[in-house]
Amino acid sequence: MSNHLYAPGHTACSGCGQAMAVRYVLDAAGKNTMVANNTGCLEVFSTKYPESAFEVPFVHSLFENCAAVASGVEAALKYLGKKDSINVIAEAGDGGTADIGLQALSGMLERGHDILYVCYDNEAYMNTGIQRSGLTPFKANTTTSPKGAKSFGNLRYKKPMPEIALAHGIPYMATATVGYPQDLQRKVKKALSIKGPKYIQVHVPCPLGWQHPSNQTFDVAKLAVETGLYPLVEFENGKLIGVRKIKALPVEEYLKVQGRFKHLLGNAEEIKLVQDVANASIAKYNLKIEADTAQPA
Amino acid sequence: MFGPLNCKAGTSKKNKTGAWRVELRPKYLHQNCIACKLCVTACPEGCIIPGEKNAFEFDAAYCKGCGLCAAICPKKDIAMVKEEEQKSK
Ligand SMILES: Cc1ncc(C[n+]2csc(CCOP(=O)(O)OP(=O)(O)O)c2C)c(N)n1
Ligand SMILES: [Mg+2]
Repeated sequence: MSNHLYAPGHTACSGCGQAMAVRYVLDAAGKNTMVANNTGCLEVFSTKYPESAFEVPFVHSLFENCAAVASGVEAALKYLGKKDSINVIAEAGDGGTADIGLQALSGMLERGHDILYVCYDNEAYMNTGIQRSGLTPFKANTTTSPKGAKSFGNLRYKKPMPEIALAHGIPYMATATVGYPQDLQRKVKKALSIKGPKYIQVHVPCPLGWQHPSNQTFDVAKLAVETGLYPLVEFENGKLIGVRKIKALPVEEYLKVQGRFKHLLGNAEEIKLVQDVANASIAKYNLKIEADTAQPA
Repeated sequence: MFGPLNCKAGTSKKNKTGAWRVELRPKYLHQNCIACKLCVTACPEGCIIPGEKNAFEFDAAYCKGCGLCAAICPKKDIAMVKEEEQKSK
């Protein structure tokens, strides 16, 4: 039935954004691919022992060392003289990337391994019950940044992980989203055509943690981009080579479709603070479609 | 001692996650389908079987009933309908 490299029967929640993104990435990479993946939702729902949804070789690392294990796989392939025909992909969640796995990732990027690192950013530690991570957005309600009488959710801004990866001087870095699958697959193919360490961060809605209906995964993902809260950018050799231009919808459009931001609705002051975050990205990457270049009606 | 903990590729297929559907299941209306395959792309299970226009089907053994196929269909040719007794058959 399925000729995907990621098989059905995986146990992700209904409507899981990460489950889709994994399939897009693998289908774009093709079957000559090896995957290293750390602990997190992806590992739990794809490789429930003694089963696996992966149709390519897969190794489960510890939570903190996905990039280090992938580095070892790459080095072994090089030693065997097989690296040129095999892609090595390291896959991790946002917690596994921006927090606990950052040291291993930094080492992998700095040592120059020929690996594509894909971070599936669902903006919290979902597998253990929605704790905040360094990539949880400002003001989001999580179990460790709860909303309350005196709290409006997460106190901190999202860690600029794409810029941190880029600062290592890597040849390719991009942000993508499950909301635009073709764009994601193009970026994966492009990354794999380049030698050296590559980093792609994919925004993947989590119906459970973000509290939206399971049939809204694409709409929510697209709204994150269209409001400027998740800018889609692409860098080659440190140079910005592309951004997705947007209409810059008010952030409220994105906030109001998710339970994790419900506490902000009707509070103009708080929403303004989130709008400032979007405005900063819009200005930084010049994301807004100019009036005169706007698409024909 | 534990031996290496290995699993065979693609063996997740033995989990029939269709049992997770509680309320709704997709129904392909087979009226206005243009075979754009957006539903195939959207399905998180990868369990939609493409074909000619108006001949797409989903695999009820794996469909979790998320409704993304119906939400993304540009022709509104997929409806989410109440789960019938069919399931017990
Ligand atoms: C060293 C270590 N600390 C904590 C855990 C528990 N743990 C397992 S998965 C997980 C959360 C993973 O979050 P993330 O990386 O964002 O992936 P997600 O589940 O959200 O996809 C945690 C804390 C662990 N397995 N190992
Ligand atoms: Mg996460």
